[in-house]
Amino acid sequence: MTRGFDPKILMLFGLVAILFVGTGFVQSWNTALTIFNMGLVSAIMALGVNMQWGYAGLFNVGVMGFVALGGLATVLVSVEPVPEAWSAGGLQVILGLVLGALTIVGAILLWNAMPKGRLRGLVMLVVLLAGFTLFRRVFDVGVDAVESIDPASTGFLGGLGLPILLAWPVGGLLAAGAAWIIGKTALGLRSDYLAIATLGIAEIIIAVLKNEDWLARGVKNVTGIDRPVPYEVDLQESERFLGLVSNIGADPVTASTITVKLLYAALFILVLGLLIWLSEKAWNSPWGRMMRAIRDNEVSAAAMGKDVKSRHLQIFILGSAVCGVAGAMMTTLDSQLVPGTYQPLRFTFLIWVMVIVGGSGNNWGAVLGGFLIWWLWVQVEPLGLLLMQGLTAGMADGNWLREHLLDSAAHMRLLTMGMILLLVLRFSPRGLIPER
Amino acid sequence: MDVLNAFVTLANFVIIPATAYGAQLALGALGVTLIYGILRFSNFAHGDTMAFGTMVTIFATWGLQAAGITFGILPTALLALPLGIAATALLVIGTDRTIYRFYRQQKAKPVIFVIASLGVMFIMNGIVRFFIGVDDQRFADGERFIISARTFRDMTGLDEGLAFRTTQGITIVVAMIAVILLFWFLNRTRTGKSMRAFSDNEDLALLSGINPERVVLITWIIVAALATTAGVLYGLDKSFKPFTYFQLLLPIFASAIVGGLGNPLGAILGGFLIAFSEVGVTYAFRKVVGYLGPEEWQPDGLLQLLSTDYKFAVSFGILLIVLLFKPTGIMKGKSV
Repeated sequence: MTRGFDPKILMLFGLVAILFVGTGFVQSWNTALTIFNMGLVSAIMALGVNMQWGYAGLFNVGVMGFVALGGLATVLVSVEPVPEAWSAGGLQVILGLVLGALTIVGAILLWNAMPKGRLRGLVMLVVLLAGFTLFRRVFDVGVDAVESIDPASTGFLGGLGLPILLAWPVGGLLAAGAAWIIGKTALGLRSDYLAIATLGIAEIIIAVLKNEDWLARGVKNVTGIDRPVPYEVDLQESERFLGLVSNIGADPVTASTITVKLLYAALFILVLGLLIWLSEKAWNSPWGRMMRAIRDNEVSAAAMGKDVKSRHLQIFILGSAVCGVAGAMMTTLDSQLVPGTYQPLRFTFLIWVMVIVGGSGNNWGAVLGGFLIWWLWVQVEPLGLLLMQGLTAGMADGNWLREHLLDSAAHMRLLTMGMILLLVLRFSPRGLIPER
Repeated sequence: MDVLNAFVTLANFVIIPATAYGAQLALGALGVTLIYGILRFSNFAHGDTMAFGTMVTIFATWGLQAAGITFGILPTALLALPLGIAATALLVIGTDRTIYRFYRQQKAKPVIFVIASLGVMFIMNGIVRFFIGVDDQRFADGERFIISARTFRDMTGLDEGLAFRTTQGITIVVAMIAVILLFWFLNRTRTGKSMRAFSDNEDLALLSGINPERVVLITWIIVAALATTAGVLYGLDKSFKPFTYFQLLLPIFASAIVGGLGNPLGAILGGFLIAFSEVGVTYAFRKVVGYLGPEEWQPDGLLQLLSTDYKFAVSFGILLIVLLFKPTGIMKGKSV
C-alpha cells in the first residue's frame, strides 16, 4: 500500500473548493465562510462515523446524541458557576446522582454475585425500586432548590468557568463515556439492534438536555457561551485592527466579521488536520489492518485470536468521542446551546449521507463528503426557491399553487439528500473516494 | 377506601389511552416485523410510510368533506382510508421496484438495505413536508365521545368521570379487524402460507416453486395497509405531524424487537407492552393511591416515576432489558 497522491482526489477537492469560492463571489464571503466553518465541523463528525462504519462496520445512528453531549460540555466547562445555586442545592443534586449511580452499580454487582434463580430477580427488583425512591427523594429536592434561583437568567448550576477550548476534549470524553455504556450493552448483538439502541440513546440524551433545567437550563437555552476568538465589536474598536483594515481599504465591519470567521476556521482546521493525521496513522497501522480484518470476516479474525467484541467497543468509543469533539466545536461556534435544534435528520442521518457519498472506509472521502453535502444542504434551499420561482413565473401573484410551491421549497433539501444517497449507493456504492 | 373511583381513574387515564396507543403501535410493529421476516431488513422509512399514508388520507378526507360527504357519527377519514392505502401501496411498490429490488438481486448485506431505507426515509419525509407542511393537522370529525366524562358521572354517580372517545373505540375495533384479517390471511390462504414459508426458509420455499417477487409484492401491499391504518388511527386519536410520525419509529421498533423481530404475534404483544409501560411509568398515580388508601395516607408527591418527556426512555429501557436478557425477544423471533 504505497501512498501516492491520487489526482482524482485532488480534483474532487478542487471542485468542492470551487463551490465554496464561487459562493464567495456570487453571494458573499461571509456566507461562504459560515458554510465552510460548519463544513469543517461536519467533516469531523463524518470522520467519527467513518471510524465506526468504515473501519469496523458498526452502524451507529445516534450521532446526534454524541454531538449534543459535546455541546453540553461547553456549558459545563466554560460557563461561570452560579454560587447561589450551588449553596442552595448543588451538593444535594450531586448526592442524588451519586445515589442513583450507586444503585445501578450495586444492582449489577448483586446480579453477578448471586446464584441464578427467582430470588436473584426479586432482590434486584427490590434494590432497584428502593434505590430509585431514595434517588428521587434526595435529587428532586435539590433540583427544585437549584431551579428556583433566578430562573429567568440562571436557574442552573453553571459550569466551571474554565477556558472554552478545554471543552472540546471534555466533549469527546463525555461522548466516549456514553458510548462505553451503550457499547457494553448493545455491541455484540446483530447490527440492527445496535442501530435501534443508538437511535434510542440519542433521543434520551436530547430529552435530558431539554428537561433537566438544573444542568443546562433545558429549553431556556444557554446563550453567550465564551468564545476562543475576539468579538467583532472589540475588533472594530481596536486601533491596530482599524489601521490594518484601512491599509487594505476594506470596510471595518465586514472585515471584522470575516476575521472572526477566519480565526474559527484556523482553529477548526487545526483540529481536523490533527484528527485526519491520527486517523490515517491508525488506518495504516497493524491496528487498522486488524480492524479491517475483523470487519471483513469476524469469524476468521476471532480464530486468529483477536478479541472482536472489545475491539468493536474500542472503535465505537473512539468514533463517538470524535463526534463529541465536533459537537463541542459546533456549540462554540454558535456560542449557545439550544437543545431544541437537535434533529435526527440533520445531526444523524445527514452525517451518514456524508460518509456514504464521500466514501466509507476512506478518511479523505469522509472529509470530502462532509464539505460537499454540507454545502448542498445549505445551498439547495435558495436553489430550490429559484427553481420554484422559475417554474411558477407564469402564474399570477396570489395563485395558491404558486404560494404553496414557494413555501414548500425549503423541503426540497430532504428530497435532494435522499436522492443523492440513493444514487450514490446504487451507482457508486464505494463513494466518491473509495477505500484504498 | 374507594376501589371503584380508583379503578375508574386508572381506566380513564391509563387503561383506555394505553390500549388505544398499544393498538396503534401493534399495527406499526406488524409492518416492521413483516418486512423483517420477508425482506430481512429493518425498514427505517416505516414512520414516514405511515406519515405518507396518513397525508393522502387527510387530503381525501378534506376532499370528501368539501363535497359534503361525511360518515355520520364516525370520522370521515375512515371512508378515505382505502384511498390512502392504495396510494401508499403504489408508493412502496414503486420504491421496491426502483430501489430495493436491485439490492435483492445483488444479494446485498442487510445493512445495505437499511442504508437504502435511510434514503427512502429522506425522500418520503421530503414529499410529506412538501405537500402538507410541517404543522399539526387535526382531521377527526363526527361524534367526539362514545361516553363523555359527564355522562358517565351522571350515569354512575361516581366522583370520577370516564371518557371514552370515539377515536379510541375506533382504534381498538379497526386494529382488531386488521389483525384478524392478517392472521386469517397468513394462516389460511395459500398466498399467506407461501409468505410464511418464505420467511421461515427462503431456499426451501424457492425450491417448492414459490415466486419470491410475488411474495415480496404482497408483503409490501400488506405493509402499506397496516402502516396507513396505524398512521390514520394515531392521527385521529392525537393529531398528524410529520415529525411525530418520524419519532414513532423508536417505540415501533422497540415493540417489534421486544416481541421478537419477524414474529407477528410478538409484535402485537410488544406494542401493548411498550404502550402500557410508557403510559404507566409517566402517569402520576397520586389520585389512584389517594382513593385506595385511608384519608391520612394521601401522598404528598405526584407518585410519577418519570416525567412524560421521558417516554422514549421507557421504550428504550424495556428494549435494553429484553436485548440483554432475551436477545430474540419475548416470543421467539428470528435473530442473532
